[in-house]
Amino acid sequence: MKYDVVVIGAGVVGALITRELSKLNVRVAMADKFNDVAMGTTKANSAIVHGGFDAANGTLKAKLNVRGTELMPQICKALSVPYRNNGSLVLAFSEKEMEHVHTLYARGVKNGVPRLSVVDKETVLKMEPHVSEEVVGALLSESAGIVCPYELTIAAAENAVTNGAEFLRNCEVQAIREENGEFVLETSLGEITAQYVVNAAGIHSDDIARMIGDDSISLVARKGEYYLLDKSFGYMADHTIFQCPNEMGKGVLVTPTVDGNLLIGPSALDVDDKEDVDTTPEGLEFIVEKAKKSVPTLNVRGAITSFAGMRAHPVTDDFIIAFSEKNDRFLNVAGIESPGLSAAPAIAEMVAGMFKEKAELTEKSEYTETREAPVRFRHMTKSEREALIAKNKAYGRIICRCETITEGEIVDAIHAPAGARDVDGVKRRTRAGMGRCQGGFCGSKVVEILARELNVPMNEITKFGGESKILFEKTK
Amino acid sequence: MLNYDLVVVGGGPAGMAAALQAHEEGIEKIIILERADTLGGILEQCIHTGFGLHYFGEELSGPEYAGRFIEQVYNTDIDVKVDTMVLDISADNVVTAVNNFDGLLTIQAKAIVLAMGCRERPRGALSIAGSRAAGIMTAGTAQKYVNMDGYMPGKTVVILGSGDIGLIMARRMTLEGAKVKAVCELMPYSGGLTRNIVQCLEDFGIPLRLSCTVVATHGKERLEGVTVANVDEHLKPIPGTEEYIPCDTLMLSVGLIPENELSKNAGITLDPVTNGPVVDEYRETTHKGVFACGNVLQVHDLVDFVTEESKLAGSGAAKFIKGEKAEDGVVHTKGENGVRYIVPQNISRATDKDVKLYFRVGRVLENVTLTVTCGDEVLLSKKKRKMTPGEMEYVTLKAEVVKQLPVDSTIVVSTKEA
Repeated sequence: MKYDVVVIGAGVVGALITRELSKLNVRVAMADKFNDVAMGTTKANSAIVHGGFDAANGTLKAKLNVRGTELMPQICKALSVPYRNNGSLVLAFSEKEMEHVHTLYARGVKNGVPRLSVVDKETVLKMEPHVSEEVVGALLSESAGIVCPYELTIAAAENAVTNGAEFLRNCEVQAIREENGEFVLETSLGEITAQYVVNAAGIHSDDIARMIGDDSISLVARKGEYYLLDKSFGYMADHTIFQCPNEMGKGVLVTPTVDGNLLIGPSALDVDDKEDVDTTPEGLEFIVEKAKKSVPTLNVRGAITSFAGMRAHPVTDDFIIAFSEKNDRFLNVAGIESPGLSAAPAIAEMVAGMFKEKAELTEKSEYTETREAPVRFRHMTKSEREALIAKNKAYGRIICRCETITEGEIVDAIHAPAGARDVDGVKRRTRAGMGRCQGGFCGSKVVEILARELNVPMNEITKFGGESKILFEKTK
Repeated sequence: MLNYDLVVVGGGPAGMAAALQAHEEGIEKIIILERADTLGGILEQCIHTGFGLHYFGEELSGPEYAGRFIEQVYNTDIDVKVDTMVLDISADNVVTAVNNFDGLLTIQAKAIVLAMGCRERPRGALSIAGSRAAGIMTAGTAQKYVNMDGYMPGKTVVILGSGDIGLIMARRMTLEGAKVKAVCELMPYSGGLTRNIVQCLEDFGIPLRLSCTVVATHGKERLEGVTVANVDEHLKPIPGTEEYIPCDTLMLSVGLIPENELSKNAGITLDPVTNGPVVDEYRETTHKGVFACGNVLQVHDLVDFVTEESKLAGSGAAKFIKGEKAEDGVVHTKGENGVRYIVPQNISRATDKDVKLYFRVGRVLENVTLTVTCGDEVLLSKKKRKMTPGEMEYVTLKAEVVKQLPVDSTIVVSTKEA
């Protein structure tokens, strides 16, 4: 396999970069060790588009956050990804915390964050009636929003593949060597040759850089745990509600999601094992206790799931986006922790710009800027549903009863560019299995449909690739 | 728009019995809407025996029990649509459903019977810490894989929760060659039937660990093991009692929840304890002409009682359609002192039949005096040697007793241990 550019890592950053590169006259592939896109940090984070007042003035984080947040609505529109400009509040519970709010305000203004203001207690409680009466005031950031990070990634990958990029799944890069001025990537799928490499390997970007002798990247694996609450709790917060950091550490957030659930978290624990995304009793207890400070009536009996994600915290505290000092055809895009999701569209824009300049790349004469919205039976009117079923009967068969997902939508998800190959992939693309019963009823039907569409036996279908098989051999 | 006298939502044992009863009482246009591809509901995957002992006086498998009703349904002119999912019930009893042969269906009904059954409580609701590996599933899902799809979902198994499906699956997996290492139960008693504990665990030497729970799951891709721990009287894990058990599968049998999303959307009042609709003695909900029966109303342990209850609902629906459902003010019911709930929650004083009050107790009780009172009047009192939360109980009130109670009075069922 031979490409001009190989992007290592199919998270939100890798996928958006690949999408930008797919518009250029260049042969690009995105390689990931997992069976799907969005399998690392991207699938387990706060799903927030930050205003951009947190990062220190002059940092890449600050610059790319503000630009990314500005780009996000249009990119979500182009890719048919749900985005909501719900705004955010940083709550202060004391005069001392109010000082911090004013500091954030001043920093935000300097960073170029638009529509930022300091609001008083009454305004906060009017906006958010479920917030604690103890609140003193807050920083309101009206440009902030929420987006589903894996939907964005799936859509970006789909669009990139439509424009000619390739997605190499289950492609773990094990070593990189140089031959005749080219990179040779030794992977689990065999050797891949590339003129350029983009290292967007998330928590593993330090390991990937080391493969070319670049040991400049130093990352700390920081685990964050979350609770996702049922949609019936979605009313508890309209804005994304942050807390001020204090002696007890950084606070946790309470936020609606674009699907109408309520998300609380994260905890923050530095860990040695980068793959350790186990939830812990302590971590889960911590976020509930903290979140109750913001919204005292929260009740985790409404939890439908809990999960943990890994953040790649750079010791320099800023994003690392630069061609490697060891090889100027190897671009590191590393240390993309919060506000990485917010910044991702701006990172992709920046990287495409760097490539255009470096390799003198031109735009394709024709490419597709947009990605059509997948069919969403549950959001349709009666006449739309009738027309849809008339076109394809599979849209009349409900597979996931909790979320009202049809067989047609699941088949579409499997056959889409860079489509689903496992049960979790179907779940992220369609929401089948994401409801109250968590796949209790539809899980086995999804396995059946995957097996049928991919033409493999049911016991080869996995939950999320690798050895995550669901079934063993046939019964006697 | 189609017109039917009676629309039955769900073609399991509850829906079929209700439809058949209404048919028997002279209702002509009846349709059963079933989301699965056959009638029979969950019984189709319950291939073990033990069904029908009360109702038929013989021991049948699930498919056999269902089969008797399926045959009867197909021998009548009751219409059946399988693979059909009901999406909505409107305030004026218009049912909207969808399938892949008719497309969208709207049906104006004179009466509706809700018989959607229940679902299993998933892992998320438990907040077990640990990994998100494959191999963690509800016992019912595992049962479908083994009995319907013909695949083994695991080889070494730990089961959390001693509900009946968990107990049945412990035996089923063992018979299929899997090793069931333990059944852990959070409570100090099992939530399943005594006969299932004997026949499914004791007969196979499978340990039942009471006051024990799973505190963590391990394994990155497929499950590799679980950590279990004993719990104290507040159900909190006791530090130092943790034990690692290697296994590739964790099955959950931690409770059933009536599937009342349709009912909720239709504005039907639910009982916060049963999670099913509030009903009268004919199982009519707070929404006129809408009845509920089976596990959507209250979680049963025996299908025989589901059939009995559903015949009541079918009969009530028939009377409603014919305008014969008599009203003469209601009395309410309430459980106290260990009685968690009563079904029905309301009884019409005009009832023409004796009324069975179904209930469950909140903990294991021994040498109990059960009393039914209304105000100062003791309506009934009886002694029970033992009552457990795993077994549904009932007491019967004579129709003539109910008739003489004051309008809006409350019948209280309570227990007292000797």
